[in-house]
Amino acid sequence: MLEIKNLQATIDGKEILKGIDLVIPDGEVHAIMGPNGSGKSTLSYVLAGRDGYQVTGGSAHYRGQDLLALNTEERARLGVFLAFQYPVEIPGVTGINFLKTAVNAVRRSRGESELDAMQFLKLARKKAKELGVGEEMLRRAVNTGFSGGEKKRYEALQMALLEPSLLILDETDSGLDIDALKVVSEGVVALRSPKRAMLVITHYQRILDYIIPDRVHVLAGGKIVQSGSKELAQELERTGYAQFTGQAA
Amino acid sequence: MSDGMDQVRTLADQKYKYGFVTDIEADVAPKGLNEDIVAFISAKKGEPDWLLAWRLKAYRLWLTQSEPTWGRLHHAPIDYQDSYYYSAPKRKDGPKSLDEVDPKLLETYEKLGVPLHERAILAGVAVDAVFDSVSVATTYKGKLEEMGVIFTSMSEAVAKHPELVRKYLGSVVPYADNYFATLNSAVFTDGSFVYVPPGVRCPMELSTYFRINAQNTGQFERTLIIADRGSYVSYLEGCTAPMRDENQLHAAVVELVALDDAEIKYSTVQNWYPGDENGKGGIYNFVTKRGACRGRASRISWTQVETGSAITWKYPSCILQGDDSVGEFYSVAITNNYQQADTGTKMIHLGRNTRSRIVSKGVSAGHADNTYRGLVRIMPKAERARNHTQCDSLLIGDQCGAHTTPYIESRNPTARLEHEATTSKISEDQLFYARQRGLSQEEAVALIVNGFCREVLQQLPMEFAVEAQKLLAISLEGSVG
Repeated sequence: MLEIKNLQATIDGKEILKGIDLVIPDGEVHAIMGPNGSGKSTLSYVLAGRDGYQVTGGSAHYRGQDLLALNTEERARLGVFLAFQYPVEIPGVTGINFLKTAVNAVRRSRGESELDAMQFLKLARKKAKELGVGEEMLRRAVNTGFSGGEKKRYEALQMALLEPSLLILDETDSGLDIDALKVVSEGVVALRSPKRAMLVITHYQRILDYIIPDRVHVLAGGKIVQSGSKELAQELERTGYAQFTGQAA
Repeated sequence: MSDGMDQVRTLADQKYKYGFVTDIEADVAPKGLNEDIVAFISAKKGEPDWLLAWRLKAYRLWLTQSEPTWGRLHHAPIDYQDSYYYSAPKRKDGPKSLDEVDPKLLETYEKLGVPLHERAILAGVAVDAVFDSVSVATTYKGKLEEMGVIFTSMSEAVAKHPELVRKYLGSVVPYADNYFATLNSAVFTDGSFVYVPPGVRCPMELSTYFRINAQNTGQFERTLIIADRGSYVSYLEGCTAPMRDENQLHAAVVELVALDDAEIKYSTVQNWYPGDENGKGGIYNFVTKRGACRGRASRISWTQVETGSAITWKYPSCILQGDDSVGEFYSVAITNNYQQADTGTKMIHLGRNTRSRIVSKGVSAGHADNTYRGLVRIMPKAERARNHTQCDSLLIGDQCGAHTTPYIESRNPTARLEHEATTSKISEDQLFYARQRGLSQEEAVALIVNGFCREVLQQLPMEFAVEAQKLLAISLEGSVG
């Protein structure tokens, strides 16, 4: 369970999050929708522990642990996974090498034995096949020269390999065509389980046709201004965000 | 400035790990340099007259020369009279096997992670260990002798194979070549000598571990490798040095000669003491390395991983004299804190259809400066010569520098020359991305740097490549936990 209470954060002294309250029990999928500049990405970065964001108030606990007291990699090892809106290129580092290091770092922290190169390759091939991701992607440098769609599929592959328990998707649908959106969404849906919590951050409703949320929240002006069931997403699609931006400003 | 960059800076502040001094009483020549000292060295080694004469000729020329100043390097003036030019570990009659080697010496190697005997046996590596200036142990010599391969210290080669030494010494790097090579010619103390007879493929990697030990001892190694017609040899050189306050001068010379169809691979992992995080101390490394592809279709390949020294001034070069000969230079140079490296290569194309390839990877962190300086020269008779140069720089943090200075001279219109260069930075985005996947900051930096250097590390022999990867990690990672 993720439990966020009155979370406030600034970047370069500018107030972005102005008191977020949000509880996501294990097994549930929550969507956060909102206009540009409402603080959606900031929320995901603050939860993942990115440098440069100052938490000025409130708390965030995951499975009883104070997330804000942990550094980025400790949160990742605890099971927090952020699917990036813009996955980063790492030239010269092959996917196999990168992902093996990541998987083993997580396994070590769980007290599990590390996978050797052969074991890892077998696992990676299996997951890639399940997701319909070409195996050659593993041999290429991380995200380097990938198309937008490839990058998002690659995020889905990493998700499948790292088996996180708290998944945060930061505008994963942006820049994706329908086919890619389907592949990635299916990857996410396959990970739905009673033990996993998911937070889907999006501007548009269409990804929620594939990943059906239990709850939908509207973020505007750094606060959650409305919460509801999945129908809220469809309503927003019709009415737009103008009502909230007016209200929050 | 955010935490990320600060952490990167902390990483860059990694201390030199091999700071210790073995307590072995050195047998030293008096401090300073003059003709008596040159003669002392020569006498100590029981050298023939021609070699003493050669040394003295070099010494007298050196007195008229001045230090080269074209490198992008800054250091206090070197007082050549304030150094010892000869020191040898104490021995009774000279060890006949490893058992007879001073246990303290072996202990030193152990601390460096070079368990001499084990390594030699397990990896099948013959080791000619240079400690201070005198070889103390040579293994696998017997096996090599069976095949006619000569692998000895330079002193022994002078005594036992004077005709080979006399024929080739100074034939690639003449005594008048440059200030530091001339100084080396006058006062060189020891080094390795390799001769591979025609048609012989040397069955094992030849390896030497250098280590500066006695205080204030300049190191003047002299290495000569000759690959006769159709032969092959791979030579590995690795070094580390103990913690020290005063700057130490290291001016080695390495000469390679490849005759018809012969191939020499020369790999270096250099980890001399780089100085502390404030730029105090560290080795001054002024090295002249050059190979002559003298025969048809001969091949010389230099691979270097340079992580140490306060100053690196080093340009392993190839003279492509024989038609169809090939020269290669693969380099990783890492500078951290206040280290300065001005390194690169020279490819001199003389013969027809000669080809050369240069791959240089410079990594700069802290306040360090890293310069690639390379010359590709195509002479008039080098029909259809080809060169490809790839120069990449990686910056860590925002206070270091990377510079690329290529010199390209073509005097033959049929030449084909290509030069590519890139500069990139380890970004906070990359570090955040990797850490979000569970990697520590150290693991992320090591992965990115190793990825950047992969093309070069692949050129190293297997067990050396593993060592080099570890060394890259040690050079750049710190106490961030």
